[in-house]
Amino acid sequence: MTDLTPEDKYSAKPIRIGEVDPHPDKPTGEFISIVVSNDYVNDEYLKVVLDVPDRALTAKAGQFFHLLCPTPDGAEVWMRRPMSIYRVDSANKRLEFLYKKEGRGTQGMAMLERGEEFNIVGPLGVGFWLEEDWKNIVVLGRGVGLATLAPLSQLAAENNVGVTAILSARNPEVVMSRDLFEGLGANVIEVVDTDSSSDVDNVEKILEGLIADGKADAFFTCGSNRLLSLMKRLGKTHDVAGQVAMEQNMACGLGACYICMRTFEVDGEKTLRRVCREGPCFNMQEAVGW
Amino acid sequence: MVDLSVKIGDITLQNPIMPASGAFSWDYGDVIDLNRLGGLVAKTICREPRLGNPTPRMAETEAGIIQSIGLPGKGIDYFLENIVPEYNKWEPPLIVSVSADTAEDFAAMTRDLTVDGVDVIEVNISCPTKAPSGGNFAMHSEHTKEVMDGIRAATDKPVWAKLSPNAGDIVSIAVAAEEAGADALVLCNTFLSLKIRTDNFRPALGNKFGGLVSPALKPIVMRMVYQVAQECSIPVIGIGGVTKAEDVVEYMLAGASGVGIGYAGFRNPTTLTTIIDDLDEWCDERGIKEISELIGAVRDDDIEWDPLVAASQGV
Repeated sequence: MTDLTPEDKYSAKPIRIGEVDPHPDKPTGEFISIVVSNDYVNDEYLKVVLDVPDRALTAKAGQFFHLLCPTPDGAEVWMRRPMSIYRVDSANKRLEFLYKKEGRGTQGMAMLERGEEFNIVGPLGVGFWLEEDWKNIVVLGRGVGLATLAPLSQLAAENNVGVTAILSARNPEVVMSRDLFEGLGANVIEVVDTDSSSDVDNVEKILEGLIADGKADAFFTCGSNRLLSLMKRLGKTHDVAGQVAMEQNMACGLGACYICMRTFEVDGEKTLRRVCREGPCFNMQEAVGW
Repeated sequence: MVDLSVKIGDITLQNPIMPASGAFSWDYGDVIDLNRLGGLVAKTICREPRLGNPTPRMAETEAGIIQSIGLPGKGIDYFLENIVPEYNKWEPPLIVSVSADTAEDFAAMTRDLTVDGVDVIEVNISCPTKAPSGGNFAMHSEHTKEVMDGIRAATDKPVWAKLSPNAGDIVSIAVAAEEAGADALVLCNTFLSLKIRTDNFRPALGNKFGGLVSPALKPIVMRMVYQVAQECSIPVIGIGGVTKAEDVVEYMLAGASGVGIGYAGFRNPTTLTTIIDDLDEWCDERGIKEISELIGAVRDDDIEWDPLVAASQGV
């Protein structure tokens, strides 16, 4: 038997707020968070705010948590749901996730009430990164994909990197995260379907303008295949580096099960990578959309 | 304090808790202390690099997930050079799972894996999405005997045979594996399954068929472990639906010497070590000094078979 002192005998259970963390150096943990609020922020999206143990706050922009969602219908929700972080609120020791009710996992999540426990595993995966010579970046996202990109604005602000955020949505009422990006000093451009400003042609013109103005040392996107294709093409033409956060169904979230595979193309060779472990943030030029 | 150690042939495990092959990697060391596990079980390795099956590789059903991964990996050379050393950074014995399409290659791979750093060779002769004579040898006792004979001749390492729940009569397969010289029997691989989507009429998995992974498997595998343990004298390892310490106790009562855990570790990465803690406590509370006392300790020799008497007794 491995010698165990009484203190670490129960070290493996999910960690609760206020408990001594038995594994402060491990990058990932299973935590019991407490729901602070869980409300609609507009007609389509909800935001859940969670009180979390300290180690969960080490999450970086682009990383994700694996959420054990409650059942919406009495039947079991068997696997966790991966969700990228919307905001790390270190001052209040809180994490925020922005989501849309789609499948059974998010439907169950929407039923969480203030004070309830919510089991989360994370932080997981490779987040966004900034190269030293990037002075200005362009963030382009649509819908809930903007939730993933939002923490990037914070990372950029901390590194004195300028941000232009192009926020795409169906109509002006559901444009996400405007305040969050503006609050951190980003130049925000909204494009919507209702006046066709979100059309790829128009977004392409905006991006080309930013490249011409020297405002685009790197591209970042998430959530729309159309926008990924556009940024990839322009990035290749104008030699602009880029990153994309990708998604796929997952089981373990840690890299063991090889369920969350996506196709990538490196030097003309196609290959498979695990979104959970090699990603979810990848070099945009290597990503293959779906 | 209870002694949780169990003997599987010549190998002693510090406790009966192991991950199931395919549901584990050293990546779990990001969350838990792997040195606490009874054994480390690597993902099944094949000779050549393999991409695995088309996605989607998992689908949820009412009663668990079905999954079809397709044994992706970088081949045996990479495995020996890079993955074995990665596992050897930890203390528990390394159980290496291996698969091949022919009996000859199974024997050859077993020979290639007979190296320092590999403690046990688990032969995955039961991959559910392979044909009976092309990988899924454990569907028939004669195929099992043939492949196990070659494997036994190829190595002195402990060999554990992983069997299939999809075989008609798993006891005859188990007996064939034991007669061919297996050191232990691992029951069992996943249950061949199918899910069809009603929104687009397509199979939910890229590979069409998959294996069911679920707590629902526990009573079925429990029955198989019990039946096999009655007929075979080598140790049995039970895999199917273990989510808590009492499940381990139940498998041991049925005749298992250890368990493998898959699904529960996906759902809660701290499950494996939590179960070890709880098992320790469960035994202490009952004054059990050695957990090996539980192996095959099911009390079924005094069952009342007279229904009139049985129905007049309590439950």
